[in-house]
Amino acid sequence: MITAEQKPLAEIQGLLGDAKKVLVVGCGTCVTVCFAGGDREAQIMAASLRMASKINGHPQEITDITVQRQCEWEYLDEIEKEIADADIVLSLGCGIGVQAIAEHFPDTWVVPGLNTTFLGLPTEQGVWEERCAACGDCILGLTGGICPIARCSKSLLNGPCGGSEDGHCEIDPDVPCAWQLIYDRLTSMGKEETLMELQPPKNWQVSRDGGPRKIIREDLRLISDED
Amino acid sequence: MSGKNNGYLVSSHLEKVLREGHFAVTGELGPPQNADPAVIREKAAFLKGYVDAVNITDNQTAIVRMSSIGAGLLALKEGLEPVIQMTCRDRNRLAIQSDLLGASALGLKNLLCLTGDHQIFGNHPTSKNVYDMDSLQLVHMMTEMRDKGIFQCGDEIKGQTASFLIGAAAAPFADPTAFRPLRLAKKIRAGANFIQTQLVYDVKEFAIYMEKVRELGVHKEAYILAGVGPLKSPGMAKYMKKNVPGILVPDEVIDRMTQAGKEWIGKKAADLAPEEKKARSKAWKTEGIQVCIDLIKDIKKIEGVAGVHIMAIEWEEAVKPIVEGAGLYPRPEVK
Repeated sequence: MITAEQKPLAEIQGLLGDAKKVLVVGCGTCVTVCFAGGDREAQIMAASLRMASKINGHPQEITDITVQRQCEWEYLDEIEKEIADADIVLSLGCGIGVQAIAEHFPDTWVVPGLNTTFLGLPTEQGVWEERCAACGDCILGLTGGICPIARCSKSLLNGPCGGSEDGHCEIDPDVPCAWQLIYDRLTSMGKEETLMELQPPKNWQVSRDGGPRKIIREDLRLISDED
Repeated sequence: MSGKNNGYLVSSHLEKVLREGHFAVTGELGPPQNADPAVIREKAAFLKGYVDAVNITDNQTAIVRMSSIGAGLLALKEGLEPVIQMTCRDRNRLAIQSDLLGASALGLKNLLCLTGDHQIFGNHPTSKNVYDMDSLQLVHMMTEMRDKGIFQCGDEIKGQTASFLIGAAAAPFADPTAFRPLRLAKKIRAGANFIQTQLVYDVKEFAIYMEKVRELGVHKEAYILAGVGPLKSPGMAKYMKKNVPGILVPDEVIDRMTQAGKEWIGKKAADLAPEEKKARSKAWKTEGIQVCIDLIKDIKKIEGVAGVHIMAIEWEEAVKPIVEGAGLYPRPEVK
């Protein structure tokens, strides 16, 4: 899932400025699961901002609403009226949600309430860790299901650098060394020979480095380019 | 190894020394954090005649410094043979290849391929890193440029190609230790002609590592230079043991350093008069140099070790007494 964290309240207040009517929009999918921007967080955010605006002596009218997914037009259509009523929208969706609102409602000023952080998973209650860099050319089949692109600090493809110590990365004792994990897994599965194969430089063209990406599935499209 | 020029790959001084079977000595020169060529000249003066080649570091520890190629050219003019260090942290494959063409055109003949320290340790921790390639891919890319005359993309290099004696680093004691000899073999198979290791203070452990390297047979396919460096104080020894990944410092070495300053044991730096502090530092440094000499003598006995790489960064003066003390002076003349 996509994980995110809330921005500091002061930064959000700065983004909202002196707008009179603020609509906080939560999202019911990834950011709900990581407790950053779901219905509950949207309500708390709205209450916090209301309180802060009163203390500042410039009370703002702050309401909140949460949609199932900010990243799909059909869910955004459901809140068209609320959006139209607001001077400004504070999206508690990920970066995709913010942009979906901006794109779907061209006359609405929308600002982000979250910092979108990574694609990851909760490893324990209250802890999320990065797992995927969306590089566009998955190599997990070579590395025993552990991604060195997302999890090695240097995205190395041919084994650990000299900074691996006691299972962690030299940049931080709380960061596991991805190549130690890969080494352990491949050796325990009897596949250590894979470690000796020289992996060529990666094709980053299918990653973000090739420019913004797009997927077109003609088999699923209702309107083709020829129409 | 074979090549075009009398069997030499590039005919660098370092290659000739190694090929003739001399126990090689390389040093290290850290470029300044400014544009002053005089710094290179001063450091070069300490090293000239005492090393066969000198590594010029590339934004070492991720701190911005004069470029390795620029400083390397200055060192070359001072009569030293540079080993250009090239990391994957700051450049993508375009920049690396173009720099290598430039370095080769300037007459630089040795290259050390490194992944590079993570930028979080340096003075621009908010920068974006590159890591388009890793050190093994860099070794392989450079080998193909030199031997096949092709760029990484496969295009032919029309005209003169870049040509270097290609080196790589090894960290014998970093985790996972069981993989380290294999990783060395992988680097050599990717094309590395010589290897310089991380600092060795534990000769016993290094001998075990080398035994595994010999079992793989790769010590016959590349020249392995063991990394050594003089300690400045017992504190430095303890710090490295505790904080630097992949460096083993045996208690025996720490004890030797501590004993060297026994007159001052138990005294805090703040309680010492300036001249006492100086005397203590001198005693430590003298022992640090002696420890280094003893390490070299022991390392030299290990089969498969072709030389030493002396890392005395910001203490270049130490190289002369180390090389002399280890019986490695004068350095061989080669044609």
